[in-house]
Amino acid sequence: MTGASDIPVHIRSDQDIVRARQRGRSLAMELGFSEGDATLIATAISELARNIVCYAGKGLITLQTLNSCSRKGIQVRASDRGPGIADVRQALQDGYSTSGSLGIGLPGVRRLMDEFQINSSAGKGTTITVRKWKP
Amino acid sequence: MEVPVLKQGEVLIATFQAALSDADLKSLRSNLIAQVVKLRSRGVIVDVTAMDVMDSFASRTLREIAQMIRLRGAETVIVGIQPDVAFAMVQLGLTLEGVVTALDLEEGLAYLTNKFKNIA
Repeated sequence: MTGASDIPVHIRSDQDIVRARQRGRSLAMELGFSEGDATLIATAISELARNIVCYAGKGLITLQTLNSCSRKGIQVRASDRGPGIADVRQALQDGYSTSGSLGIGLPGVRRLMDEFQINSSAGKGTTITVRKWKP
Repeated sequence: MEVPVLKQGEVLIATFQAALSDADLKSLRSNLIAQVVKLRSRGVIVDVTAMDVMDSFASRTLREIAQMIRLRGAETVIVGIQPDVAFAMVQLGLTLEGVVTALDLEEGLAYLTNKFKNIA
């Protein structure tokens, strides 16, 4: 699902991680999220973008405004055509990492946001979609 | 973006900007340890007041900096973690365990001064 309101941020280097989270924060502020929620969203984007750089080398972060009945929200989609995640269930466990990092990535991102969805298959890439709704 | 490092007596003060990339953090790590060795500093304060996001990489790098500097016999204090940033860090499971933190620059300097007095 792509619309006119989509903001794509190409992720190729660690500089793009900063760019993506800044775009995410300003969109969140525009939508009326609190500073605190904007920080949670920016932090989640930072982690997702870093996963792209670390595991896939390059990919795309797409920011989108959500309008559903009476609620407003923000959606962040991180997609890449990297190696994919062989065992998604394992990757969602605290403390699991294949790159020698802290292993807080995905479970941490899930805690920062309201909704979390992951599609990944080995050899084809990974798409992670997270959403946060305005309270 | 370079992180400015100031020398104040026996203490080095590094002030983070909002938008630090991983490369900036890595260069700060090597720059700080080099300065601590060169200037024989006894304390380091890392001021993160302006930092917009403290993610897993930033937090790990800060912990590494503190550990390296401790091995040199000096002490590191992280100051100025904003409430929103602290909340996000806890949600992510980043606790900066083993690293001294203080409210702001003033408190950080007071902590180090007190520490130096007790050792001397």
